[in-house]
Amino acid sequence: MDLTLDEVKARNADVISEALSVYPDKTAKKRAKHLNVYEGDKPDCGVKSNIKSVPGVMTIRGCAYAGSKGVVWGPIKDMVHISHGPVGCGQYSWAARRNYYIGVTGVDTFVTMQFTSDFQEKDIVFGGDKKLDKILDEVQRLFPLNHGITIQSECPIGLIGDDIEAVAKRKSKELGGKTIVPVRCEGFRGVSQSLGHHIANDAVRDWVFEKGGDKAPLFESTPYDVAIIGDYNIGGDAWSSRILLEEMGLRVIAQWSGDGSLAELENTPKAKLNILHCYRSMNYISRYMEEKFGIPWVEYNFFGPSKVAESLRAIASHFDDRIKEGAERVIAKYKPLMDAVIAKYRPRLEGKKVMLYVGGLRPRHVIGAYEDLGMEVVGTGYEFGHNDDYQRTTHYVKDGTLIYDDVTGYEFEKFVDRLKPDLVGSGIKEKYVFQKMGVPFRQMHSWDYSGPYHGYDGFAIFARDMDMAINNPVWGLTKAPWNAGR
Amino acid sequence: MSQNADKVVDHFSLFRSPEYMGMFENKKAFENAVPVADLQKAADWTKTREYRELNFAREALVVNPAKACQPLGAVFAAMGFEGTLPFVHGSQGCVAYYRSHFSRHFKEPTSCVSSSMTEDAAVFGGLNNMIDGLANAYNLYKPKMIAVSTTCMAEVIGDDLNAFIKTAKEKGSVPQEFDVPFTHTPAFVGSHVTGYDNTMKSILEHFWDGKSGTVAPLERKACESINIIGGFDGYAIGNIRELKRLLSSMGVDYTILGDTSDVWDTPTDGQFRMYDGGTTLADAAAAVHAKATISMQGFCTPKTLAYVAKKGHEVAAFNHPMGVAATDRFLMEVARLTGRAIPEDLTRERGRLVDAIADSSAHIHGKRFALYGDPDLTLGLTGFLLELGAEPVHILATNGTPEWEARVQALLDSSPFGKGCHVYPGRDLWHMRSLLFTEPVDFLIGNTYGKFLERDTRTPLIRIGFPIFDRHHHHRYPLWGYQGAMNTLVKILDKIFDVTDADTSNPGKTDYSFDIIR
Repeated sequence: MDLTLDEVKARNADVISEALSVYPDKTAKKRAKHLNVYEGDKPDCGVKSNIKSVPGVMTIRGCAYAGSKGVVWGPIKDMVHISHGPVGCGQYSWAARRNYYIGVTGVDTFVTMQFTSDFQEKDIVFGGDKKLDKILDEVQRLFPLNHGITIQSECPIGLIGDDIEAVAKRKSKELGGKTIVPVRCEGFRGVSQSLGHHIANDAVRDWVFEKGGDKAPLFESTPYDVAIIGDYNIGGDAWSSRILLEEMGLRVIAQWSGDGSLAELENTPKAKLNILHCYRSMNYISRYMEEKFGIPWVEYNFFGPSKVAESLRAIASHFDDRIKEGAERVIAKYKPLMDAVIAKYRPRLEGKKVMLYVGGLRPRHVIGAYEDLGMEVVGTGYEFGHNDDYQRTTHYVKDGTLIYDDVTGYEFEKFVDRLKPDLVGSGIKEKYVFQKMGVPFRQMHSWDYSGPYHGYDGFAIFARDMDMAINNPVWGLTKAPWNAGR
Repeated sequence: MSQNADKVVDHFSLFRSPEYMGMFENKKAFENAVPVADLQKAADWTKTREYRELNFAREALVVNPAKACQPLGAVFAAMGFEGTLPFVHGSQGCVAYYRSHFSRHFKEPTSCVSSSMTEDAAVFGGLNNMIDGLANAYNLYKPKMIAVSTTCMAEVIGDDLNAFIKTAKEKGSVPQEFDVPFTHTPAFVGSHVTGYDNTMKSILEHFWDGKSGTVAPLERKACESINIIGGFDGYAIGNIRELKRLLSSMGVDYTILGDTSDVWDTPTDGQFRMYDGGTTLADAAAAVHAKATISMQGFCTPKTLAYVAKKGHEVAAFNHPMGVAATDRFLMEVARLTGRAIPEDLTRERGRLVDAIADSSAHIHGKRFALYGDPDLTLGLTGFLLELGAEPVHILATNGTPEWEARVQALLDSSPFGKGCHVYPGRDLWHMRSLLFTEPVDFLIGNTYGKFLERDTRTPLIRIGFPIFDRHHHHRYPLWGYQGAMNTLVKILDKIFDVTDADTSNPGKTDYSFDIIR
């Protein structure tokens, strides 16, 4: 039986107090600021964010290294990214994010490889700069077609006083001006992945744009040149986006950073418009390019046909009629496909309730795609969002939605237990918890090894995947028939 | 248009449509892409002897290592105890990684918390993180024990776990008598197997030696029971259950120390069990009285066994025993230590394994294998391959020590099938790539990352190791015991037959050998 809005709000307020009641007082006070029931007329979600996680609560967050190596830099395919420090960080993030790319791995591209300086005790005691120097030579010797090298700092680097910037500068000179980027993304910096994104953006600014010097462009500019910013090509997302932009008459001169290359980063100052998908992880460099090169940027959302159409029009509005017509042509071309997908899946998904907990842009961006299928998002939250994310979220969520920032394992389990959604969308660490509870689940970081989910081609896969999760016959088998009454 | 509502196309085939293929081609103009001829030349060069020599001359760079860091092993060991919440003191991102890594392998939840240290803790130390962290974890997750280990961050700044936990208890974070064993597990020393060893030892020390001076140490009264320690093992679910079956059939009184078999294998029945199974804390304490302790993986437990031996236990270490002779030795050692006979049932099981090997060995005999993995696993596998008449040509362990090298070499020297085979301690999978190009083999045995080697060198991969991310549920089946050897034999044979079939399936060209009986 459906609850009224007031009942939903009361229930959500109650579930928050219930979750908080178990914490020690000091922690309960802290966590209370991150949990709220959204009031429809407010300009933000009423939660604090981008604050240190409380120790011992099982935060789902990662670290700055994950934000830099794992998210921003790692997908740049023709550069070698060295995980600088002990072996673990690079090992656990090795090829796990499914940043698809075209290239011959180990020869001209390196994304799914794990390069590490494998720090030993002597490197901690005596410093790792000499080792790093040698590593850069060895990378150059064994992988001569690499177009650049980044040094992704792990925790010890900043603690033992290594000067990776000096090493990078010296080696770059030695190697004829090769792009070598030191990144200070030690895991203890900041409160989550988020600072790692920022640090990585700043490293592009400092070591690619400002130190890189002027390089002759590889191509003649056109008035229709755009760069895709903040799409990591997970399962091919950037590709199923790029194809639409090209079909409407734009020319994509760079992808940041999924299937991207150093040359594409260097191309970007020539763009007429930067189009930004993941605001959280790449707004910094977009703002910089706006100030420095006068390139405007526009946010877009390629999840679900409603938002794709809205975004294509918003992007086209920065161009002439040729592009505006192109956008309409693309929308019309895919309409029959979208109608067929919705006709097939909406009846199977109508009215289903979803709870989300993801990073970046997805806690808000995917809501429209669910709504295109007749589904309702009843709770959402960000692993590492900031206040500007929660402001943007108000354009997507309904009055009474449960909001949880940097949710703890305990809270999330309680919330799902009480709200009883038909689907939870979150990450690998959460997946099996909820499936054990009998709740259908999709990983919304990795697309559960599926995808792409972006664009029109992606939406068909998204719809199919949500259907297969929710309407999986296994959920009817969780109770042994002889225990059915319990 | 590439997509289709009637039959939704996945990424496997979506991007092969002409629209996308054309798009990829056009994108190259913006990529500063390497010209095709240069690319081919460079790719071919990486397959040469010359490249291999440059590759093996590496002194600092590590590429695609087959090892993880200490704290991962620490979490693994802690997970094996009843109601235990692993608590990792240091940066929080590490814990997110360990949890993801284990969940991707076992397809199970992995509960573990971090003390979430950040810049201020780097300057002032993480005492407050420990105080708050223990209190929060205790109140929220109601564990029976919290097992503390460290990340490299906490180690570099030199946080003192003993003092911190003491202070936290004084501040009331957890009750004084609450069990908080701890150990330092610097990521820049050893590998995940070292972290396993340190943590296992710390938990035993905690219970046996007076819980950090808070109670009297236990006085050992030797009994008839034996302890078994499994070590860091991606097949722990299947292997430990198989051990229990073997030991029960012999009527042995035993304790598995660090029993993760139920922890990482809970049912989907509507309930999430954060804690399930594990060695009970009472059993962990009582294990001091055992007459003997057996480690199934000696390279995972050197310090633990030395400590246990000092308590007066007879100790024995195996190396991931696989196959007939290794299982024989294990059972005979159990029989010797406990005075229990090996029952007829197991003798018949052994006979069935020998029967299976006799039936199939013609297909394995003389086949050349490359293998890599943890020191114990590679030792166990090498022994089994030699037993099958196969040649383990390249044997590599990134976390292999000189002692491991000597042990593998001795094993190779003991068999005519070991002639011309080589051992590679401290090398990585990029070295293995050169080996496979310059000295090709028929099959490769390793974990999921081996698929990159399979792709590059076309050496068929048999997945045995940790982690296995891209095949499901094999961790539920044992590799140990006669039954485990049977599983391994079948796994190897299936790949051999699949490869032979694929290789002979060309109609009218090679399919005279596409036999229905093999």
